[in-house]
Amino acid sequence: MLILSIYISIFIFVLLSYRFLTKQLATNKKTEQRKTVTFGDESAVSSNRTASVLSILTLFLLWCSFTGSKLFPLHVPGPFVGDTSFTYSASNEDKQTETAEVFIRVSPAGEIRVKPDIPTDNIYNNNVFAKNDIARVSAWRSVLIRVKKNDVGGNEKHYQVTEVNGQKITPKQKIQVKNGSVTVTSKGSLSFTPEKGWQMEAIWLPAPEAVFARLIEISKDGYQNISLFENIGWSLFRVLAGFMLGCLVGIPLGYAMGLSSWFRGWFDPIVEFMRPVPPLALIPLIIIWFGIWESGKISLLFLAALWVMTIAARSGVSGINITKIHAAYSLGASKFQILLHVIIPNSLPEVFTGARVAMGICWGTVVAAELVAAEKGAGKMIIAASKFQQTDIVIMGIILIGVIGYLIDLLMRLAENKLVPWKGRS
Amino acid sequence: MNQKNSSDLFINNVSMTFDLVNGNRVEALKNISLNIKKGELISILGPSGCGKTTLLNIIAGFLAPTEGQVVLNKHVVTGPDAERGMVFQQGALFEWMNVRKNIGFGPSMQAQPREQINQLVDDLLETVGLHGFAEKHVYELSGGMQQRVSLARCLANDPDVILMDEPLGALDALTREKMQSLILKLWKETGKTIILITHSVEEALLLGERLFVMAPRPGRVHKEYQLAFAHQALKSDIRDIKKLAEFVSSREEILSMIWEMEEEIMGAKV
Repeated sequence: MLILSIYISIFIFVLLSYRFLTKQLATNKKTEQRKTVTFGDESAVSSNRTASVLSILTLFLLWCSFTGSKLFPLHVPGPFVGDTSFTYSASNEDKQTETAEVFIRVSPAGEIRVKPDIPTDNIYNNNVFAKNDIARVSAWRSVLIRVKKNDVGGNEKHYQVTEVNGQKITPKQKIQVKNGSVTVTSKGSLSFTPEKGWQMEAIWLPAPEAVFARLIEISKDGYQNISLFENIGWSLFRVLAGFMLGCLVGIPLGYAMGLSSWFRGWFDPIVEFMRPVPPLALIPLIIIWFGIWESGKISLLFLAALWVMTIAARSGVSGINITKIHAAYSLGASKFQILLHVIIPNSLPEVFTGARVAMGICWGTVVAAELVAAEKGAGKMIIAASKFQQTDIVIMGIILIGVIGYLIDLLMRLAENKLVPWKGRS
Repeated sequence: MNQKNSSDLFINNVSMTFDLVNGNRVEALKNISLNIKKGELISILGPSGCGKTTLLNIIAGFLAPTEGQVVLNKHVVTGPDAERGMVFQQGALFEWMNVRKNIGFGPSMQAQPREQINQLVDDLLETVGLHGFAEKHVYELSGGMQQRVSLARCLANDPDVILMDEPLGALDALTREKMQSLILKLWKETGKTIILITHSVEEALLLGERLFVMAPRPGRVHKEYQLAFAHQALKSDIRDIKKLAEFVSSREEILSMIWEMEEEIMGAKV
């Protein structure tokens, strides 16, 4: 909630300052900006590059500041580190009440916990029964302090801790003290938790430099004896194999369904039934049938791509303008020539759109399938890392998977522009 | 049959009845008989729904008539063929091919040698006034230029009959006039039989040697005109022809005829 509201306020702030700056700087307007009606004009709305860059930057800086990264000086408050103390009062067998102090040293996460210094006057004073205590703890952790243990008569039956920092206590109560909070256990001990601040512990969200360092390390040495290249290569190989098989079967099937009523009638129920079944739901069945080896995963991706490609090819054929077919017949083309020179090229834009969707689905499915069962692969790497709580590897893997998915789509779009330049221009 | 010349086009007693989804039947054409001589330029005019496009589709071979037959070159038309070329209103060019490949489509389907096709395409580009546009993509051309390509593509196949289904319907008035004189020029140069369907009374009068006005319900030939404007237009400016008193009076006559038909349809519907 807090992070969301911070994000929204950053969004509004950046938007307003961008508006302000562009208004100040724009002296000679471009034609685009001379349009007075822009709200609702689809052609006037394009993806603002500045906004995209600022968006990525904002996410990155938020990541930095919430993990205490060294890459960015502005951090949200981190966990408390240093010395702090609170007092407790105890009453003994004779109903006398005395107050002593607990000294705590909070060490940064991952460093050796050090005992704090303690004023000794109270310890060696024989007139005092409640003795001072010390405790050491790491940031984000808590420590149990048995304050009675060193008190004179502390193990007697009616000896009890009554107050913390002057507040009356009851078991399981939580009391805010300086730099942290104290919880009373059911046995009357005190558990001190230092303030956690807003920053995330590395086990939840590691700093960017830690993720980057992992990337360097793993691309050099691999993870669990499998190189990064091999992991990603296997995932890509499965995607490509499944996608190719899906195209090889799906596109001709789609053409047949677009050209013949019998084919359409026969396969429509199958296609329409299988299309809404998410590929992930097939994983259990695939494992039962094919085991966890390559054939299983490739069949799964084949099924993921098959229906998308079939439907794309079918609608590519159905979408043809009948005058083109009539024209081709009148020019003396045979059925086969019309298929080759008219129907197939005309369907290519739709087939490419389908191929982009299918590639996206395949890439998502392969990672999920590897999460369930695989020896190598990007998904396998992050699921293995998660079992050892190596969050930095998990995050690195997620970023790599996202970047590769994006690159695949970019390549598909490039190929589309090269191969079907007439798309959307008829 | 009184077939004098085998390359004439005979439309013998053609009827076409459509069965509608709701069980009704529509007589789109009833007993149409036309003899069109080789090299004639015919224009067909009529209110919407009079079956003129159906007739053209039957001649092209896209539809089989319920009765009667179309005969060309001593054989009955049973399907589309390269002997009957067709020019559509729009959207019939292949976007995935450049202008050269579009125009050369017919000959290359017959596997003619490439140099011959290239030479033919270059000549045709010159004829339709698109010199230097061979390597352009179709979607880079304006509507008028695209129709020039359509005409050239049809001519490249050297058909006996050219069927034109409102070829200028989607063009602006100025481009339309230029295209009208282009069609006349091509007709004179090639001597092809041309059957032109149009919505425009002026166009029908100007281009047709013979003009058929069709009437709906059932679709039939209502009136036939023999015209000389096309021959006059070949010698002088189209604009001047359109100003002739004879032209204007014919135009008004046909317009009021079509008006009446349209009103009848409206009345019948109400």
